[in-house]
Amino acid sequence: MPELKNVADLARLHATTQQAREARRTACPTIYVGTGTCGLAAGAGEVAQAIRQELSARQIEAEVLGVGCIGMCVKEPLVDIQLPGRPRVTYANVKPDMIPRLIEEHLMNGQIIPKWAMGQLPADGAPPETQVGEPGLPSYAELPFYRKQVRIALKNCGMINPESIDEYIAADGYQALGKALSGMSPDEVVDEMKESGLRGRGGAGFLTGIKWEFCRRARGTPKYVICNADEGDPGAFMDRSVLEGDPHSVIEGMTIAAYAIGAQEGYIYCRAEYPLAIARLKKAIAQAHVHGLLGENILGSGFSFELHIKEGAGAFVCGEETALIASIEGKRGEPRPRPPFPAVSGLWGKPSNVNNVKSYGMTPQIILNGADWFSRIGTSGSPGTAVFALTGKIKNTGLIEVPMGITLREIIYDVGGGTPRNKHFKAVQTGGPLGGCLPASALDTPVDFDSLTEADATMGSGGMIVVDQDTCMVEFAKYFLTFASAESCGKCVPCRIGGQRMLETLTCISEGRGTPEDLDGIEYISRNMKEGSLCALGQLTPGPVMSSLRFFRQEYEAHIQDEFCPAGVCKGLFSYEIIEANCPGCGLCLKACPDGAISGEKKKPHVIDHLKCIQCGECYRVCNLGAIEVIPLKKKEIPA
Amino acid sequence: MLLAALYIAQEQYGWLSPEAIRRVADRLNLTEGQVRSTASFYTLFELEPQGKYRIQVCEGLSCYLVGGAEPMIDFIVKRLKIKPGETTPDGKITLEVVQCLAACDLAPAIKVNDELYGQMTPEKIDALLKELTQLPNVERGG
Repeated sequence: MPELKNVADLARLHATTQQAREARRTACPTIYVGTGTCGLAAGAGEVAQAIRQELSARQIEAEVLGVGCIGMCVKEPLVDIQLPGRPRVTYANVKPDMIPRLIEEHLMNGQIIPKWAMGQLPADGAPPETQVGEPGLPSYAELPFYRKQVRIALKNCGMINPESIDEYIAADGYQALGKALSGMSPDEVVDEMKESGLRGRGGAGFLTGIKWEFCRRARGTPKYVICNADEGDPGAFMDRSVLEGDPHSVIEGMTIAAYAIGAQEGYIYCRAEYPLAIARLKKAIAQAHVHGLLGENILGSGFSFELHIKEGAGAFVCGEETALIASIEGKRGEPRPRPPFPAVSGLWGKPSNVNNVKSYGMTPQIILNGADWFSRIGTSGSPGTAVFALTGKIKNTGLIEVPMGITLREIIYDVGGGTPRNKHFKAVQTGGPLGGCLPASALDTPVDFDSLTEADATMGSGGMIVVDQDTCMVEFAKYFLTFASAESCGKCVPCRIGGQRMLETLTCISEGRGTPEDLDGIEYISRNMKEGSLCALGQLTPGPVMSSLRFFRQEYEAHIQDEFCPAGVCKGLFSYEIIEANCPGCGLCLKACPDGAISGEKKKPHVIDHLKCIQCGECYRVCNLGAIEVIPLKKKEIPA
Repeated sequence: MLLAALYIAQEQYGWLSPEAIRRVADRLNLTEGQVRSTASFYTLFELEPQGKYRIQVCEGLSCYLVGGAEPMIDFIVKRLKIKPGETTPDGKITLEVVQCLAACDLAPAIKVNDELYGQMTPEKIDALLKELTQLPNVERGG
């Protein structure tokens, strides 16, 4: 028999888990270790090991919790220490050799080590009056990285132990499911979702409530709910973090969706490259079964729901919903024309509802807090928050969640900290290989579905890649095109051939063999791919090329007309030169040059011998004074 | 079903050998052609024998932007004397160049079998290769 037979049981468990948590937090110190993929790869495993060793050596009782990613991936491994009745203090970039001192000074003597501490958070579960702020240490709300964030999908990520259903329940988990099953009809759930205005966080931005309604009304049984966790965009890891950091939120969201549309079975299609996410999902599903939150007659409501995990096998196109469905069926993951949409004819020809991880992850809080609460966050056209994976040439790489309507500038400069090494911001790519890039002049564009589309980029699933002055936009577009055309499934001609032809043209341009007609050719192919391709992969493949051509046309023209790559990236299309006035003759470049092409006396401006220079860029990288510039290629003159 | 069966077969044989494909087809009542067609569609199914340790070097955008992929690949190619897609003669290490490993926050990243290594440097790769070449090379079935 399941542990929870009805909603009253759930309410009791909610109370007892909260009490148990509070008792544990007051009885002994708690140590949180970030053990998402990012934390583990940075060495969180060894850090946790060191903590356990130190605790047992000193015979100290403390609870060590593995938590998901809190977003500051660049500062991993992150370790939080919380003493009873005091706030949770975060230490960044923790190494195993720092553990003895942390335990001695902070855990035993209550002395925070300021130079290692990053910030403080209120202790979870503790009554507010016990929260004594630590003087001189910024709270998370004051840290630039977190100040503008509003966390809904990431609410529990980094805060709770994702492998414990009790912690999820203590953090109000499964309360929304209880509310829906005991007090709302399926139609009321659909209406609540419609009113919230939640738009699909996979990138297309279709209204989730409307989608659910289509599926609810569709004829045919059984019906299926499917979670698209086949996150494959380069530069994107939002779904991975949610699944690793808060798997129960997705399970709860899917269960609510199943109740709303009348499904009894669901699938999570997760890419096989996420072993930790899959392991945690499996564990979470098993726990939900034991508690009676999945399976037969959930909470005595008469509603039953089974959830399965399907692993992908490395095909980007399977993120497209019809390809994903084909892949669940065990076929080649090739898309098919729509309509019929999956809501009418999906998995095994039955009505199916496909949503992204974050859409399901936000669902419980919309049901629990109400559509009104959700729609007040963000903009009227795109309510709620957006989750982004910030990567590339940006100081704070990591995972963020911001209210819709925030500007790109706020994300990149306030949250992201701007570009490193005093380089100039050049462009930001949203929507990954199927999105578009925007230049500095578009930095004040509000981030929401409609504004980004209007500006010629797309919202996408949440990848946000920042590039600086040293990135060549032709090469950048070529990178995405190489990716997208390699991932074309080959079923339809515009995508299969169009991508290849466009890539050949871009390669010519990046090698200085382009002609002015090439740009017209690219535009022609792009138009046809957009109109003629079967699925979003083919239709959107030209996006990065077209947006970079629109905003950085002069860079394309420089490659074609002057055989010059202004960013100094495309081999053979540029030279380096030392600006005499800026060169103090420090000798760094001379030492760095592998070919002895730089000469000059100490404390006097150096010069580059263009006959010897191979444009490896070492001198450019080591010079911190901006004394080396990229200039058009000096033709090597052959001495007589 | 088919994808799950292919994973099991690949786990047993180390790769999807003709025999593995035949057995999967027999078991699921499909033709070998159908099984091979599906298997060849997905990049994670190997239709060639693989080394015991598969090094996957990410050439995704974030790794590329921090100047990661190319020097790492060059380094490994020089050290192991194999090209991407090849396996060392002793059947121990396979080098693969792959698209985004979704570890952009840790770029440049590589993966050895299921383990992820982030913020790689030549020194770290050097140490890793040394460790891998010293590990015992247990023969796999098939």
